[in-house]
Amino acid sequence: MVLRMLQKLNIGIVGFGCYIPKFRIKIEDIAAANNQNVELLKSALLISEKSVPNKDEDAVTIAVEAAKTAIARAEQVSKLLKNNSKTENNISSESNTSNDAVNNFNKTKIGAIYMGSESHPYAVKSSASILGEALGIGNNFTAADLEFACKAGTAALQMISGMVMSGIVEYGLAIGADTSQGAPGDALEYSASAGGAAFIVGTSGKDNAGNEKTAANILYTLSKTTDTPDFWRRNAQKYPTHMGRFTGEEAYFKHVIETTQAMLQETGFKINDFDHIVFHQPNGKFPLTAAKTLCATKEQLKFGIVVHEIGNTYSGSCLLGLTNVLENALPNQRILLTSYGSGSGSDCFVIETTDLLPETQKIGKKLLNHLSNKVYVNYTQYRQMVEMIH
Amino acid sequence: MYRESPIIRWRRYPERYRLEGNKCAQCSKIYFPKTYLCECGSKKFLPHQLKPRGKILTYTEIKSSPEEFSEMTPYCVAIIELNEGPKITTQIADCDVSEIKIGDEVEMVFRKFLASGEEGIIHYGFKFKKVEENIVN
Repeated sequence: MVLRMLQKLNIGIVGFGCYIPKFRIKIEDIAAANNQNVELLKSALLISEKSVPNKDEDAVTIAVEAAKTAIARAEQVSKLLKNNSKTENNISSESNTSNDAVNNFNKTKIGAIYMGSESHPYAVKSSASILGEALGIGNNFTAADLEFACKAGTAALQMISGMVMSGIVEYGLAIGADTSQGAPGDALEYSASAGGAAFIVGTSGKDNAGNEKTAANILYTLSKTTDTPDFWRRNAQKYPTHMGRFTGEEAYFKHVIETTQAMLQETGFKINDFDHIVFHQPNGKFPLTAAKTLCATKEQLKFGIVVHEIGNTYSGSCLLGLTNVLENALPNQRILLTSYGSGSGSDCFVIETTDLLPETQKIGKKLLNHLSNKVYVNYTQYRQMVEMIH
Repeated sequence: MYRESPIIRWRRYPERYRLEGNKCAQCSKIYFPKTYLCECGSKKFLPHQLKPRGKILTYTEIKSSPEEFSEMTPYCVAIIELNEGPKITTQIADCDVSEIKIGDEVEMVFRKFLASGEEGIIHYGFKFKKVEENIVN
């Protein structure tokens, strides 16, 4: 087991956003094509439908759209802080706060882009570099594509947090996005879907007292990693291979539960100290079972589980849950997030929202907007669409 | 198999990826794609980032496409007028052509444009999509 603890109160999430393709397929249609019992599948997976990427979408296009929302929200919060600072300066000429001291977010200040995915469009050529160009952030940034099954997105968030905390970069962009793969007829075909979420880490600026502010502070992060052969995809293979039931107890549950317990032990928090809890969600049942083991309540998972209508977006999975939490949370609420990536590992985060969070909630497409804007496709259309990508 | 030089497209990434045009330094007329001589006679321009919204002026459905777009066929192509004035030809993404109307508001999305076979470069660029809900991003 590897444990690392990071702590700094004044860095955190300044912008966040998500993207989910418009198309959906119902589990009934996949079950009918495979001659499977739909009720059995639905009760086992707790998924009713999943997102399907269009033929012209891939992990990069999904990441770009999610990042655009994240940037728009970060700019909104920075603008607000700047305006507040100006007002204060106008009221009190004796104030020590000058506009020059306001450390405003600007997308060209993003110094690092890390994108986690299992479906980078190229084996060799960076997805993150395409993102930087598409977002127009200039060329003064470091970039890398990450892969760690479904936890590459949280690995990106962890690495970006470290870079911002150490002062190497002022702002960093962490993304988890996938057009997930599942072979026809395989259990994964009922869950593997498409979507992604993006997070800008840094500080939004300074308030009138000179304190650095964010929309949600990242308080702690901690990880656990083992060599576990539960799920993999060999080079140039179209679809992953998995070990069926072994992906449960010895893989997902062991890592999610033990990493969360380690976080609670290290920080002294109790599970009921958290207003919102998000776990990796390969299906609807796994996060509920993990929550039950950890004595978390359904109320704590209310916004954090989004898999029922989206499916498993692999690297985007729990980050979409985090996005939905941030889009619905109140100021000064505490969030626990634990990811899981096969192979295997978990990253756990403790995040605390601030009074700036409501400002980010006023603009940008929310996860709920993406959920309500959907078009169903049949199984033939679905296969044509995913075959284009995989 | 359709192949286009990655370098030709690379030179146009700012306009293809981000809708970057230019603006006459003298009369402020905005151009997309970039031009080098303004109708006012000026040759001085500044780069200009166009706002990614506009409306459909006219459209058509392509059912018999050039080879490079065959996998997307059928698809919708429209002439749109950007809110800042320039008119551009673009594909309309994620659309059922029967639901498109002249005057519909559209917003830019970043999409895969075409790929040069299994081994070649993937070309990305702008397409537009109908604004479903009036949410400013």
